[in-house]
Amino acid sequence: MNSYTLRTTLVVAALACGVTALPVAAQTIKIGLISSYSGPGAAQGDQIDKGVKLYMKLNADKLPPGVKIELVQRDDTGANPDVAKRIAQELIVRDKVQLITGIVWTPNLAAIAPLSTEAKVPVMSMNAAGAKILNAAPYMARTSFTLCQSAYPAGQWAAKKYKKAYTAVSDFAPGHEAEGCFTRGFKEGGGEILGAVRIPFANPDFVPFMQRIKDAKPDVIFAFNPAGKQAAAMMKAYTDLNMDKVNIKYLGTGDIVTDEELAGMGDAALGVTTVHHYSAAADRPANKAFVAAYKKEYGENLNPGFMVVGAWDAMEAIYAAIRAQKGTIDAQKTVDFWKTYKSTTSPRGAFSIDPDTRDIINPEYLREVRKVGGKLANVELETITAAIKDPLKEWDKTDKK
Amino acid sequence: MEAFLSSLVSVAFHGVAFGMILYVISVGLSVTMGLMGFTNLAHGVFAMAGGYILVSSLARFQIPFPLALFLSFALVALASVVLERLLYSRLYGASELEQVLFTIGLIFMSVAVARLIYGTLQQPVLLPDYLKGQFSLLGRDFPAYRVFLIAFSGAMIAALWFGVERTIWGAMVRAAVDNRAMAQSIGINTKRLFTITFAIGSGLAGLGGALGADIVAIQPTYPFEQLVYFLIVVSVGGLGSLRGPFVAALLIGITDTACKYWLPEVGAFFIYAATIGLLLWRPAGLFGRRA
Amino acid sequence: MKHPVGYNADARLRWTEWLPWVLAIVVFFALPDYLSMGARVLTYILFALSLDLILGYAGIITLGHAAFFGLGAYVTGMLSVKLGVTDPFLQLLASAVAAGVLGLVTGAVIMRTHGLTQLMLTLAVAAVCLEIANKATHLTGGADGLAGVVVAPIFGMFKFDLYGKTAYWWCLVILFAGWWLVRRMIHSPFGASLTGIRENRLRMEAIGAPVYARLVLVYTISAVMAGVAGALLTQTNQVVGLNVLGFEPSGELMVMLILGGVGRLYGAFVGPRVFWVAQDYLAKQFPEYWFFGIGLLLVIVVLFARGGVLGICDGLLAKFRSMRGGGTA
Repeated sequence: MNSYTLRTTLVVAALACGVTALPVAAQTIKIGLISSYSGPGAAQGDQIDKGVKLYMKLNADKLPPGVKIELVQRDDTGANPDVAKRIAQELIVRDKVQLITGIVWTPNLAAIAPLSTEAKVPVMSMNAAGAKILNAAPYMARTSFTLCQSAYPAGQWAAKKYKKAYTAVSDFAPGHEAEGCFTRGFKEGGGEILGAVRIPFANPDFVPFMQRIKDAKPDVIFAFNPAGKQAAAMMKAYTDLNMDKVNIKYLGTGDIVTDEELAGMGDAALGVTTVHHYSAAADRPANKAFVAAYKKEYGENLNPGFMVVGAWDAMEAIYAAIRAQKGTIDAQKTVDFWKTYKSTTSPRGAFSIDPDTRDIINPEYLREVRKVGGKLANVELETITAAIKDPLKEWDKTDKK
Repeated sequence: MEAFLSSLVSVAFHGVAFGMILYVISVGLSVTMGLMGFTNLAHGVFAMAGGYILVSSLARFQIPFPLALFLSFALVALASVVLERLLYSRLYGASELEQVLFTIGLIFMSVAVARLIYGTLQQPVLLPDYLKGQFSLLGRDFPAYRVFLIAFSGAMIAALWFGVERTIWGAMVRAAVDNRAMAQSIGINTKRLFTITFAIGSGLAGLGGALGADIVAIQPTYPFEQLVYFLIVVSVGGLGSLRGPFVAALLIGITDTACKYWLPEVGAFFIYAATIGLLLWRPAGLFGRRA
Repeated sequence: MKHPVGYNADARLRWTEWLPWVLAIVVFFALPDYLSMGARVLTYILFALSLDLILGYAGIITLGHAAFFGLGAYVTGMLSVKLGVTDPFLQLLASAVAAGVLGLVTGAVIMRTHGLTQLMLTLAVAAVCLEIANKATHLTGGADGLAGVVVAPIFGMFKFDLYGKTAYWWCLVILFAGWWLVRRMIHSPFGASLTGIRENRLRMEAIGAPVYARLVLVYTISAVMAGVAGALLTQTNQVVGLNVLGFEPSGELMVMLILGGVGRLYGAFVGPRVFWVAQDYLAKQFPEYWFFGIGLLLVIVVLFARGGVLGICDGLLAKFRSMRGGGTA
């Protein structure tokens, strides 16, 4: 937590009283970066950090001459909306940042939304993906994704190949969202959902849940867990019960086999099929260059995950906005610029931002976990869609009519 | 009907497997609590350490599985003696609050150390080929590893009971649990007895963590996340007995599994509700003496 | 451990007891940019105070005090978001009542047990609350958090502003009330009976004190205070997340209190500040591993500095006095 206590600040503030009041040089743009540097989410914060630093290092020439970026990094210590809110408040009030970015967690983004509106500070979310937060926050946009963008096409795709599905998601809000979106896609395609389990977090053994699913005899399981141990544990239970041998397919969104964690998940992940907007193993030239640069900077054994890409693309969108305004940042102009933003150079492939919702319009790919050169990788099999808007918001529109 | 019977069998099977692990891990906690009254919340740390030892032995040093299991028992037992002599012994007779705080401090530190060495991801267990695959019985598949687990733990528990019920050491432990002051006054060196018991209890936790590593994932927050389960086993079973935690662990293992299988929606709550109900009925646990 | 504050101690206010409040007011004028941080510190002091009441004075060890804090936070949040109740007093009241009821019901069960079982039950209550909040996404927002909490201006005049001025005063006033209540309570016969139960439960039972009823009562009062602290957190931040119910706040809170000094009333005032200095420093030095530092701190405090920071100060003061005393005699 980058905060001082009252007592120490008494001294600091007394010494630095005049200094903070000095006007900021016109050519310096202050950007607040809110991310998780400590606590259980530090690994995610690290991804964001790596993406931001890498972009800034390689693209210094993309700023107008004389313009500098001052990054004010603050630690939200994890999915702690009350901390995030206070930090954002301090960034706006005390550090006088002109723009806020970063933000790993959905509740933190939700906490910042009213501040962004009240103080008219543009916010670009690098990761937080909760679908409806942007609706009421006119100065917010994102370069990450929404869950439904992967889960809904996964349902549509599965309906073409399989008749009966069972959903198994971790019992928390994103899990419920993934379950709903997949179910809608699968049913629209004519499939039948045999059942749904929601698995609590405090749960050491996944086998009973998987046994239940196995006994229901579906053709495909749709799985969603937070990346890491939950996802790995469920895949293991699937393998332990030999479910691959009785022709039950394991399908999910890319969140369950993130590129940075895949190596540690072991062979239980082999053959898992997912739908997602980014894979480090993709052979697009833009991605190859990006992965090479990442490995050169951080080590041959590290793969960039989708969060790194979210951070990279956010920085590109911010740099582009600064260029368009000739070295300044105005809240309204920045958001207006983002509304028509299109990128053709992203590692994930071409994407754009939806002018209506300020949400990202992503490409989605079907991938399978395979061994490439002895290492697990998400190999892209086909492009499911080149551009998908967040289905939830689209349904909101159509359902209203 | 046949489908129901068949699922009944698999629920019982998985439940027993889970219960066995819980028991092997928790029994040491129950005995040391009963023996010295030391509230050792860091007991799960030993289980985690055992798990990590197994995982590393298999993956990094290619040690055969049985030897790796033995190592996870022996190394953890050894380490626990050092800890006991250096740190725990300073807090015998200290208030419960101090013991709780101290052991929570240990948990915090171990979580950080585990994360430093192994990262936040769960460690895959590279089982030998003869424990992989399925074991078919009456037209139903059972994972071979779980079959082994139940058999092995069963043998372990039998050995443990024999040790406590039929040996001099066991008699001394039982005497000290019943009345430590009296045991001491008739010449039992309770201090040394405790060190040995603590080492065996911790070693068993290490072994349990290692055995269970394939089911209860080994990752840095393990001592926190599983703490409630260990505490439930010990509270429901009653302090200082071998039988109590065994019945409790099996009960928890089976009801937990049954709930997840038939009523996944309330799976997380049932275990707590049952525990609270049981403790209202018998505050000292199933087989505990009234304090 | 010595406990200088209690029934037998002089109940009159000493001038030093005004210091924290004077300091708090000075902070308001001297550090206008740090008020939202200040409000957070005040909230946690109230929370720590509620724990001190049961842990320090009644000797009830709990690992699940976040259950009440979180319930209070969520009740205020849900009142505003789901029912449109925005009056800050009503929100506080509702949170207090909800936390109190939970405290009474769970306390009635938990106080029948002790030792390991009691610990386990406190942990279980918090775990169940967390699981419920996580599952009931339509009410609580689940893991996505509950945003958009609206708090009406206090008395229709003082709006919760961007700079946290109102929030700071609001928290300060509530904390003062809480502190006053606790102080009165520990200097009363009720407080004395709590200390008696902590020191020797059997003897208290033998002299006919209604031990169980007293414990349930103090547990409920403490729950109410924690619930109010939770409500304050929501009101100052206008958002609630699952983190308020996690094991971390319970654990951290305990660490804060231990650092400050248990059963000392002002330990709760010092602890959160010390904790945040330590966390700040450690988190900067070793971002991923500050857990280790916190754990080490706990072990060191238990082994070497059992009274926490205030205990050390007391010790030094006593030494200083005895030296001076020795000099003049």
